[in-house]
Amino acid sequence: MNIDPTTLTIRAAGEALRNKEYSAVELTEAVLVHAKKENVTINAYAEFFDDALEQAKHADELLKNGKGTPLTGIPLGIKDNMLMKGKLATSGSKILEGHRGVYDSTVVAKLKEAGAVIIGRTNMDEFAMGSSSETCAYGPVKNPIDPTRVPGGSSGGSAAAVAMGGALGTLGSDTGGSIRQPASLTGIVGLKPTYGAVSRYGLMAMASSLDQIGPFAKTVDDAEILFHAIEGFDQMDSTSVPNEHPLRTKGALKEKLTIGVPESFIAMDGIDEDVRANFRATLEALKKEGHTIKQIELPSLPYALSVYYVLMPAEVSSNLARFDGIRYGLSVEAEKLIDVYMKTRGEGFGKEVRRRILLGTYVLSAGYYDAYYNKAVAVRRTITRELEEAFKGVDVIATPTSPVPAFKLGEKTDDPLQMYLADIFTVPANIASIPGISVPSGTVVRDGANLPVGIQFMAARFNEEALFAAGKSVEKTRDDIV
Amino acid sequence: MLQRNDVEHLGLLARIALSEEEKDEFTSELDSVLSYVSEISKVTTDADAVPLVGELRNVMREDDALNPGGEFTEEILKNAPATEDGYVKVKQIF
Repeated sequence: MNIDPTTLTIRAAGEALRNKEYSAVELTEAVLVHAKKENVTINAYAEFFDDALEQAKHADELLKNGKGTPLTGIPLGIKDNMLMKGKLATSGSKILEGHRGVYDSTVVAKLKEAGAVIIGRTNMDEFAMGSSSETCAYGPVKNPIDPTRVPGGSSGGSAAAVAMGGALGTLGSDTGGSIRQPASLTGIVGLKPTYGAVSRYGLMAMASSLDQIGPFAKTVDDAEILFHAIEGFDQMDSTSVPNEHPLRTKGALKEKLTIGVPESFIAMDGIDEDVRANFRATLEALKKEGHTIKQIELPSLPYALSVYYVLMPAEVSSNLARFDGIRYGLSVEAEKLIDVYMKTRGEGFGKEVRRRILLGTYVLSAGYYDAYYNKAVAVRRTITRELEEAFKGVDVIATPTSPVPAFKLGEKTDDPLQMYLADIFTVPANIASIPGISVPSGTVVRDGANLPVGIQFMAARFNEEALFAAGKSVEKTRDDIV
Repeated sequence: MLQRNDVEHLGLLARIALSEEEKDEFTSELDSVLSYVSEISKVTTDADAVPLVGELRNVMREDDALNPGGEFTEEILKNAPATEDGYVKVKQIF
């Protein structure tokens, strides 16, 4: 029995468990040993759960009784902003130190129902704000490919956990790219589902009109397994889309896809030349596979980042108002109530969180509301419509996932705007409520290290199937990409 | 141009205490972000654009009690910094 968590897929592990090559307990033990060893350097996990083996034993029972699913016995990690009953959940912040979930997120409940083994909670940028996982109050996460570099963010822990072989899959959350970008920087697959495809019940809200939970995995096939396990209408999330809704019905997918490329967007400044070259090489390889590459114009797309940095902070300022030292978490002692609020939030929130709350407060305040928030809402509608139109002529739209490969720890922390530009390719999907996937497309050389690069595909709402098809095509051709 | 006293005012609105040094830092940082995002004013949009996220449908349920009163109280109060007799305890509200 040879279990190598660094190469083992969910699919292969599932088969091995069904063929009784090893038990869920043996698999979980192997993954845990490896995870704990790597975690000393990488800090992907905030905590390993002491009931992991209990869960694995239960999974073995399910398998024995023929009640197994593709995820039964599979060791997974969950981002620290998703509630699990009785377990600590801090969203990477000091303001929630010691806070325990009072109920299971719907996605966690579904995974438990499927018999998955949740081995721990993963580190993240505080309150999911960041593209590097450096703002985590419990220590930065390192990139397993090169630990002097960041894994991306905000779901850097979830990405690193899979990339280091410390889980066969993980869940993260994506508001402006927080699943796709770290997937790209660590060389794995990351999917942001359509807004409303996966329940947000139990996910600590960052920006309620942009957030979605999604999977990280080594392969597109594995990501697809995880996606199907967590998707579906949930009564507890009124923004989740009913299963019978016409939006969810899709026509049959052609075998060869039409891939739209927004040329002028790809050609702009600030994108690493090697990343661009890798992107073009990947498109060439896809063309050889028989897919059609079509140049498209998306004139409003470059504005998506600005729209995002108006709408997201606005929603953040509202969602984080609940952290006030009264019902949970840190509470700083003061004489008057208002000072309890001011001091608790001043000390409990890190700089980036405070920055974004102030920004959101500004764009929502009297006198500025119209020029900023209302205008951003209107531009959002323009961007959404433009993408809807584009999908009438193409199956998927392709861009690089991240404008740069993994940068060094500390490299972008001095200039917030520099960090925000990392999201340029990923935010449009959140703005337009459409799904996006990042698939590894090779590496670029930087200071002697081979750093992973990812290609991103976006599709019309509820057309995740097209993303999986495009992604699998990239996986097939990956050896040909120069 | 964002001024220091704007940031002070925002801090008060958002109930976040800021040090003197932070007020200066945030003034320049926020000003630079606001300059960047102001580019959205260049995009032509419909005057009466209606927000369009999610699906419009009635999600209201019947006004029935979903669980026996007090079922989750102990669990929830475990997280509270200060409690008394099953209540969350707070300072006097002026």
